[in-house]
Amino acid sequence: MYSKEVIKHFKNPKNMGFMKDPDGVGEIGNPQCGDILKLYIKVKNNKIKDIKFETLGCAVAIAVSSVITEMAKNKTIEQALELTEENIAEKLGGLPQFKMHCSNLAAQALKKAIKNYRKRDLSR
Amino acid sequence: MKKKEIYLDNAATTPVDSAVLKKMQPYFNKKYGNSSSIHKAGDSARKGLDEARQQISTFLNCLSEEIYFTGGATESNNWLIYGVVDKFWENGGKNKPHIIISSIEHKAIIEPAKYLEEKNLVEVTILPVNKQGIVELDEVKKAIKKNTILVSVMYANSEIGSIQPIKQIGELIKKTNQEIVFHTDAVQAINYLNCNVKYLNVDALSISGHKIYGPKGVGALYLKKGIPIAPLIRGGGQEHGLRSGTENIPGIVGLGEAINLVSKNNKDNNRIKTLRNKLITGIMKDIPDVQLNGTLEYRLPNNINFSFLGIEGEGILIELSEQGIYVSTGSACASHSLKPSHVLSAIGLSDEESHSSVRFTLGRQTSNNDIDYVLNILIKAVNRLRKISGR
Repeated sequence: MYSKEVIKHFKNPKNMGFMKDPDGVGEIGNPQCGDILKLYIKVKNNKIKDIKFETLGCAVAIAVSSVITEMAKNKTIEQALELTEENIAEKLGGLPQFKMHCSNLAAQALKKAIKNYRKRDLSR
Repeated sequence: MKKKEIYLDNAATTPVDSAVLKKMQPYFNKKYGNSSSIHKAGDSARKGLDEARQQISTFLNCLSEEIYFTGGATESNNWLIYGVVDKFWENGGKNKPHIIISSIEHKAIIEPAKYLEEKNLVEVTILPVNKQGIVELDEVKKAIKKNTILVSVMYANSEIGSIQPIKQIGELIKKTNQEIVFHTDAVQAINYLNCNVKYLNVDALSISGHKIYGPKGVGALYLKKGIPIAPLIRGGGQEHGLRSGTENIPGIVGLGEAINLVSKNNKDNNRIKTLRNKLITGIMKDIPDVQLNGTLEYRLPNNINFSFLGIEGEGILIELSEQGIYVSTGSACASHSLKPSHVLSAIGLSDEESHSSVRFTLGRQTSNNDIDYVLNILIKAVNRLRKISGR
């Protein structure tokens, strides 16, 4: 059903769990299937220094969460904002068509976390 | 060493019993004749066909000529709905007829009914079910109208195993109007419940081969003599002109033998139920925040359906699958339509509860060791996924 990469990330997800005092949080729920994906980021010198996730979702939702944390880590904010659902799916060795919305979910959550960080940064 | 595999998805399909397979084999290349041929090769194929029809009619307590072989229960269900409505119009029906189905039917009933409704050929009433997933007699009573020609209620539900009061519904219908055709989709019931059609008061009943340790791609429709129906598939006039196409003799022979074995194996049902109850008790004792969907009282002995709150059923399914345990889920995530199970919605589950549901369906091959193993792996899987979800 799923690629080896998807199963690998699902079985051993990277950067999983709650983060204390994050600089930005992005939570996004999928209105289509009910998955909920939450990303926490810590930013230093415009770079994502740390990133963690909590996801209630299917195997693919968990795999995209894990892989996006790996992809975004140590990237600049601008680079991170450029990550697309296609990049994520590609990194996972492809996704079945009906699961593409999961990778979109991860990209959206990251954008939301960055937006949240920028808003907090301005108010500091 | 070969990895352990535990198949707990017997409501989806079952392995072909070795005795069934053995009985089918000669019909592929030794008794390969066309049963419509009048030479001896045709005779030997026809013998297999006749014996299977006999085995099934014995099981259902009906005449052998009341059994029609089909390409599976989906075809049986489609044919019944289309055929009864088609015949109604063919016979000069004037006012739009009315049919009644339940909200937890298989899609093979719901979709044909909706199609005919869209084409403006019938009115459809969809019966609600209570929280236990049971159709209440009062609802049937309320739904029957002057123009009702067909009622179809499944015998037992595939997702939550709920057993419908078919006998009582049949009585009620016959008391109200003898002309109404009463059909039941008995696909999930054959293995475990009394399928005597006279006891059940049904006029039509659908059967599938592959849910009863028989082959895929073969099924049957019991249709009481005299029930007006038009064919769905026209051609060479096989099956009394009502279902054309050269008979799938190996499949039909397999279906007959599979049904024959069901009556021989019914002692096994108590063993399956004991194992089922052991898994239910284990889950309730060892895993917090779970809910059993459906009722324990009127439930197929092999069915379990739980919601594991705070996580997602598809995730559990994939994790168990990686460990060689095969189950099913009503979660939207596992369906291409991204919609939760219509059955779980019908019994009042929220989308979140459906999202977290997992179905385990035991079978003849399930052992006591399997249950211990599954419980152990399941506890770990649920704990891990709850950690990931932070819930």
